[in-house]
Amino acid sequence: MTTAPSPLRSGTAARQAPGAGAARGTTPGGTGRGPWLRRLTPYLFLLVPVALLLVLTYLPVANMFWYSVTDWDGLDKVKNFVGPDNYVEVFTEPDNLRVFYVSLYYFVASFVQMALALYFATILSFKVRLKNLWKGILFFPYLINGVAIGLIFLNFLKPGGGLDTVLLATGLDALVQQWTGDPDVANYSLAAVSVWRYMGLNFVMFLGAIQSIDGQIYEAAELDGANRWHQFRHIIAPSIKPILGLSFILAISGSLSVFEIPYVMTGGGNGTETFVIRTVWMAFNRGMVGLASAMAVILLIIVLLVTWVQRRVVPDEEVDLT
Amino acid sequence: MTRAVTSTFKYVSLVLASIAMLLPIGLIVFGSFKTNQEFLATNPFTLPASWTNLENYATAWTRGGMGLGFVNTFVVFAAAIVGTILIGAAAAYALDRFRFHGRRGVLNMFLLATLVPGVTTQVATFQIINALGLYNTRWALIVLFMGTDIISIYIFLQFMRSIPRSLDEAAMIEGAGHLRIFFQIILPNLKPAIATVVIIKGIGIYNEFYLPFLYLPDSDLRPVSTALFAFKGPYGSEWEIISAAVVITIIPILVLFLFLQRYIYNGFTSGATK
Repeated sequence: MTTAPSPLRSGTAARQAPGAGAARGTTPGGTGRGPWLRRLTPYLFLLVPVALLLVLTYLPVANMFWYSVTDWDGLDKVKNFVGPDNYVEVFTEPDNLRVFYVSLYYFVASFVQMALALYFATILSFKVRLKNLWKGILFFPYLINGVAIGLIFLNFLKPGGGLDTVLLATGLDALVQQWTGDPDVANYSLAAVSVWRYMGLNFVMFLGAIQSIDGQIYEAAELDGANRWHQFRHIIAPSIKPILGLSFILAISGSLSVFEIPYVMTGGGNGTETFVIRTVWMAFNRGMVGLASAMAVILLIIVLLVTWVQRRVVPDEEVDLT
Repeated sequence: MTRAVTSTFKYVSLVLASIAMLLPIGLIVFGSFKTNQEFLATNPFTLPASWTNLENYATAWTRGGMGLGFVNTFVVFAAAIVGTILIGAAAAYALDRFRFHGRRGVLNMFLLATLVPGVTTQVATFQIINALGLYNTRWALIVLFMGTDIISIYIFLQFMRSIPRSLDEAAMIEGAGHLRIFFQIILPNLKPAIATVVIIKGIGIYNEFYLPFLYLPDSDLRPVSTALFAFKGPYGSEWEIISAAVVITIIPILVLFLFLQRYIYNGFTSGATK
């Protein structure tokens, strides 16, 4: 946890260890008010947040399950129960299944992204000239609007664009191709753009984690004759394990929810259609809310399953909310 | 010897990465200053004939509605950010300072909600926004930005613990009610957390494309991102104008980044890990 410094932080945070909650259990009460009002206070403060949570997260999830077993088109007053028909259609229609396959490109790319981020985070947490400049350059793309990134790369990857010019100038003519126009190549190009866009976020997260390691540990290790690789292997890697676990979850839900870059760059054509592009098209252009909901349910189940498995494999010590 | 090699490798990799990061943006900047014929006739690496040719920028700003886009984005941002802060801080105050029935349950409900990616439920959320009569109004975005923001509740919750309870208790002895404590003690002491939330949220709202694309088709209400997307239509082949529009959307974020670098990094580390 890194927040802007505050004189209040030091000391108090340590005292409020998890589990202390029960011990300090008493409610600070208002003086001169009825006990009923005192008991009601926390509920009043939670009224709006919980209402929004229920209406905008839980109600949609519940509705989605319900829609997924109906033939609703989004407008009709009646929703006919059709049982598992939508699910059968998801699994038997290749176009519906292909979107999950497309997300594999982004999923694999996210490992490239994490590896690059980890490399740069490691070298930039030691002594480097112009450190802040490199940090800024590597992180900045993450702050750019997804539509702008899509347009930047449409310009860069179009025939005769920036990339082709670089390849021709360096004698790599053979590599020149239809970067977004060829179905065999398009998903690689788009996944690479996604690495370009999100690497900076991973980088900054890893950098924050590495910098929170006590510097004295490195010194001690160096005295024991540890080289950079040993330091990485035995000091850095273990201490950023929780953040690696989190990045893994983000990689999964991220690669399943890709939308802007393919939508802007190819409109989902050339075999680049992603889950979100397809459900938007199905639900809002074709009026197949039931089928779109069934796909969404499947996606949600995948995300929950993977998260559960990940939590079992890498227990996250940091989740304490109390 | 090995030290020199690894050090060289380190700098070579940094330079190559920087080129990969900056080149695509740089070429867009070059393009934005070229005239239409120039754009078509010259190599993408050719510098523009004139760095003062701002015509593309003028076209993008006025005819493309970028100016209006900035106003719309700002209105949504201002409303959503105030809402997020009040809601997040109120939730954190209740959850940290009171012990009440259902407290665990509410905490778990917020925790569980983080596992539901927004894109999965959007088809169903759309029906609710529609039923509330918010479709095609700014309120759709404002309500969605406020309601889906569980990360800021976490940030506030983490930070709330570091505000000493003795402050609340002292105020209580002086006869302050919970509302007064919330507004006069808790909120002012949450300032660093609020700054974090404003930065993360602000950048998120500025860049959000999916929600306005889905909920706000009205071209008068378009925020920056959908206004930029609209360039793909009428200006689809006029790359010099699209380039100028892209640069226009990047400039504010670049300026903000240069001024607030450290806070932005910190914001993202604390936002992402919670």
